[in-house]
Amino acid sequence: MTALSDFINLYLLPGLVVGCIYALGAIGISLLFGILRFAHFAHGDMMTLGAYLAIIFTANFGWSPYAALPVAVIGTAGAALALDRAFYKPFRRSAGIVTVIASFGVMLMLRSTIQLIFGVDVQTYDIGIRFPMEFGLLKIAPRQVTIVLVTAALVVALHLFLSRTRLGKAMRAVSDDPDLARVSGINVEQVIRWTWIIGAGLAAAGGVFIGIQTKVHPSMGWDLLLPLFAAAVLGGIGRPYGAVAGGLAIGLCQELATYPWFSAEPFIAPGYKPAVAFSAMVIMLIWRPTGLFRGRVF
Amino acid sequence: MDLSTAGFINYLISLGIMSGIYAVLCLGLNLQWGFAGLFNAGIAGFYAIGAYTAAILTTPESPNYLGGFGLPIIVAWPVAMLISGAVAWAIGRICVRLQGDYLAMATIGIAEVIRLLIKNEEWLTAGTRGIPNISRPFETLPSPWNNLAFMGLVMALVLVIYWAVERAWGSPWGRALRAIRDSDVAAAAIGKDVAQFRVEAFVLGAMVMGLGGALSAHYFKFLGTSATEPMMATFLVWVMLIIGGSGNNRGAILGAALIWVIWSATELLTNRLPGEWITRTSYIRVLLIGILLQVVLQRFAKGLVPERPPRMIDDKPESR
Repeated sequence: MTALSDFINLYLLPGLVVGCIYALGAIGISLLFGILRFAHFAHGDMMTLGAYLAIIFTANFGWSPYAALPVAVIGTAGAALALDRAFYKPFRRSAGIVTVIASFGVMLMLRSTIQLIFGVDVQTYDIGIRFPMEFGLLKIAPRQVTIVLVTAALVVALHLFLSRTRLGKAMRAVSDDPDLARVSGINVEQVIRWTWIIGAGLAAAGGVFIGIQTKVHPSMGWDLLLPLFAAAVLGGIGRPYGAVAGGLAIGLCQELATYPWFSAEPFIAPGYKPAVAFSAMVIMLIWRPTGLFRGRVF
Repeated sequence: MDLSTAGFINYLISLGIMSGIYAVLCLGLNLQWGFAGLFNAGIAGFYAIGAYTAAILTTPESPNYLGGFGLPIIVAWPVAMLISGAVAWAIGRICVRLQGDYLAMATIGIAEVIRLLIKNEEWLTAGTRGIPNISRPFETLPSPWNNLAFMGLVMALVLVIYWAVERAWGSPWGRALRAIRDSDVAAAAIGKDVAQFRVEAFVLGAMVMGLGGALSAHYFKFLGTSATEPMMATFLVWVMLIIGGSGNNRGAILGAALIWVIWSATELLTNRLPGEWITRTSYIRVLLIGILLQVVLQRFAKGLVPERPPRMIDDKPESR
């Protein structure tokens, strides 16, 4: 039984938590790709930004990271709106690839600003040591439960927003066909603004969760980029539920791939975890570019 | 010649060498992006393959990594280009059908996997310890002639590559690539093998990038995993090409020299600041480069030296 409990404690649960974090980032990438038609390469750095905005409150005012989370979400959404106005809006009518290059620039600017203000050292939220809850051989940390539950709540809220509100329906319409949406009287710019608010807000929540789970580092956004894209492609571009499934799948695959399946050695050395995400992405792009949830291909 | 003059001359030479190495990388990227519209966001991967191949082939035997071939540079550099090209061919055959953003994602992934390999496969690359004692051509000459001669070699290589890609730009091959870049459907309709042309441009560009990597390994004389950092090897090269003017080989060289001079000049300025600020202000440079890229994208979308279509065949005097 120890083998099974180790499997759950050391591989399955961490995979689930990492998967939730990837899902929160991938939703934004998928929605933005679907509506603005470009791959947002600065999205990982949006997560970093959220994580560091929370640090302002945990380090200076002694807030709990959970209390700082809503502030970080609002701050990152505001930053995303400003960045969109300054650096992405001028390219609405030009080819998507120019916007990708602009997002490279935003990535460099975001990361260097964070390094300038917060320094380059690894930082943590000062939450102290919390002992995991034990259920027999199972050990579950409270923060793992919180991350999974909050992610689930956010995804349900997103679902209600997309399926029940006028704005959410308009968002899906723009994602399906922007020209048709425009001629039928949908305010596309408003939809774009809300896409940024949702995408960046969820990314910030994911970033804060990374800080709660492990640690915060200025270049963590770059390391996140590959699994986030992999999750978005796996789920299907423009499909937020697909991005959630893709995020969970990539997170679980990365962790489970290091389990000693066939011998005493890890199946894939832990150093190669990002390669798992990359392989999943390339196989998907070649074999089924619409993803598991029949997304779009541009 | 007093010491500060000698230092200044050596500084100018180092500017020239680094500009030349970046010009090589930019010309390689221009082959892929400017000619064929292939969005390679993994320059660092091919740069690293070239650098590590050259370093492993030329250094003396060491227990830390696969070495001891002791080959001369004249053999090692072409091999570095060939291996870069071979990896690009294997990747290109799979990924070249991907377009735009998708190719960017895939190439970022490739570069990251190459970075992981270099970091983790210590028997091959010495991992984070790095490879020391890489020889530099002409290093036995007295200073500053040793550096001057190496700069001459780099410049000569830039000129050779420039000559070759300029020929390619006006050739039927280059014209077909431009046609594919602007509309692959139209190019396919007139019978061009789109995938084949794309793979060729991808492989040739990667070979040139591999040469850039080999040059930098022999210039720095030490090669560590920091060489695979995407900031210096991927994003700076992209910024250079976009600012210089993608699709124009002179623009690629100009962008490389200009951005490298700005990059180093701002380092001189920030180094005069008090100690605790030096580490932080070095990030101001990245911020400035990012802002510069945005300004050029929005105001001078074609770069400083815009692309010029190759001469019409009819313009040639002899054909009149």
